[in-house]
Amino acid sequence: MAESILYRELAGPSHRYWGLLALLGVPVALGAVAYFYIEHHGHIVTGMDNQIVWGMPHVFAVFLIVAATGALNLALAASVFGKTAYQPLAPLSALVSLALLVGGLAVLMLDLGRSDRMIVAITRLNSQSIFALRVILYDGFMASVGVYLWFLLERRMNRYIKPAAIMAFVWQLLLITGTGLEFGFNIGREVYDSVLYAPMFIAFSSAYGTAVFVLILFAVCGWEVRPVSDGLLRRLKNLLGIFVGASLFFAVLFLSSKYELARSRDVAQFLLVDGGVYTALIWLGQLAIGGVVPLALLLRAQVTRTGVAAACTLVVLGGLAQMYVTLIGGQAYPQILFPGMVESSSFFDGEIHPYTPSVPEVLLGLGGVGLAATIVAVALRALALLPERLDRLAGPQA
Amino acid sequence: MSADANDGLSRRGFLAISAATLGGVMLAPGIRLIEIAGARAPEQAASKQVRWGLLIDTNKCATGCDDCVKACATENGIRDTGHPRTDPQWIRKVELKDMRSGRTHSVPVMCQHCEHPPCVDVCPTGASFKRADGIVLVDRHTCIGCRYCMMACPYKARSIVFQEVTDQNPDVPRGKGCVEGCTLCVHRIDHDRQPACVEACAKAGHNAMTFGNLNDPQSEIAQRVAKYASTQIRADLKLNPGVRYQGL
Repeated sequence: MAESILYRELAGPSHRYWGLLALLGVPVALGAVAYFYIEHHGHIVTGMDNQIVWGMPHVFAVFLIVAATGALNLALAASVFGKTAYQPLAPLSALVSLALLVGGLAVLMLDLGRSDRMIVAITRLNSQSIFALRVILYDGFMASVGVYLWFLLERRMNRYIKPAAIMAFVWQLLLITGTGLEFGFNIGREVYDSVLYAPMFIAFSSAYGTAVFVLILFAVCGWEVRPVSDGLLRRLKNLLGIFVGASLFFAVLFLSSKYELARSRDVAQFLLVDGGVYTALIWLGQLAIGGVVPLALLLRAQVTRTGVAAACTLVVLGGLAQMYVTLIGGQAYPQILFPGMVESSSFFDGEIHPYTPSVPEVLLGLGGVGLAATIVAVALRALALLPERLDRLAGPQA
Repeated sequence: MSADANDGLSRRGFLAISAATLGGVMLAPGIRLIEIAGARAPEQAASKQVRWGLLIDTNKCATGCDDCVKACATENGIRDTGHPRTDPQWIRKVELKDMRSGRTHSVPVMCQHCEHPPCVDVCPTGASFKRADGIVLVDRHTCIGCRYCMMACPYKARSIVFQEVTDQNPDVPRGKGCVEGCTLCVHRIDHDRQPACVEACAKAGHNAMTFGNLNDPQSEIAQRVAKYASTQIRADLKLNPGVRYQGL
């Protein structure tokens, strides 16, 4: 008979916990200061201009949102696909997903030119806009994950876990597909304009979300003694390996399709060869640090928590590099108005647009990361969301 | 002379004619003004029957001349702050050189007032909208400054206001944090005047820009579009812009 699983809140003396919250409060406070500074002076104090209109806040925000959808994967593997080995991790998986989404959305909303009009963004929705559709998808995703988490925690509702999980799975799929297509349907910019963004972002989200989840899991298990079994570690390692492999596959497919098609060869040349910081970030950041190296670490037979944590950290760094290239590189490459002609103008047509992130932008983005981490820390202290032992769980066939 | 003979016009008839004449005298100038003002009263909505457009003859557009750009800035209260990368530009002169033939062109580029504008499609709040007569505008009251329209516009035709705006033109309200672009001088069009750029081009003697109703077969622009080959920028995107170029 299977041993019953005992869930427990985050323990530890309160001064240690308050110390943690104070530490997490630093990026949140700095993010708040950065927001008010930008709001007061206008975006003139950022590195953005009329060529690069989405800057570092978007890099952080989109990364957090993409990771949020992927962080739910472990919960869904357990509740939708019957992988019971992950069942004890399901509540934490749902919590991390919600926290990352809130952090990402906060940055997105606070970076608006008119953030004082947030209520307009909520009350006036243009039904044709994929961006507005995403607002509905965010709300639906948050609600469905919230209901799923509630059903997980409320014993009387346990029997409805599967339908709730299926609903969350559908919203997850819709949200990440919509996020990918926000770029894929953008016909005006050469780096975008590819439906491969939809499956590619599904793979990215799975890799980034799982990596962030595992890092948080290790952090919690390191905060107090919560042993993790080698079996679970191996499963997490293999799963992340599959996601990183899929991300690499789609990234290579996307870049080679851009290079293969004559109409987009110039932009592929820019990304892969001539793009300076963007080229370096693709080869070194996204593909090497975020892809090949962690994959090599994860494919090793030997399983250590340090090895898996290192792979997760590299995946996160590679993910940030990928987001920087996708968002900033996508705007830095000039829009071609007159194919076959050399363009120049006072509005910098035909030029690679420079961009240097400003300190307030970076702080605003880090504020979102801090907010997500704070939500996780508070919720884990208040609710019993993680088993006190992760070394006596289901067998190998689960 | 009998009273009946003098009464060719009855008192009632006289009053009716007088009232009609008086009414006519009072209303006629108004009707005439409305006619002059582009055939629509202020309370009347823009009509789908009209599709405002611009035809730019690149053979007449002079390299180095930026009168249209200056006129646009003056008309719409756009000031040079000394930061060209963040300053809004509603219209710009793009210098072109054909990579194969070496032929050069100098063309003004502004919002192309597409029939199927991507900026309108992506705007989350509906602040980007297309008027019935084809003019694409931004509602400054509902723009949240998300810049998605700037990401989506294939013509790089929109700008966001990076800092406080002072000394504004009352007809063209602008504000920090909102996105903006060429309005085709809608405030002038609604008073039956030409856009400022078109007027400036004519004043400089180039006459490279023709403004008018593309849907009216009698209009100069419609006749020229029918007679001469014209192109749309990025016609491959099938957005059907209202701005066309001749001689490219």
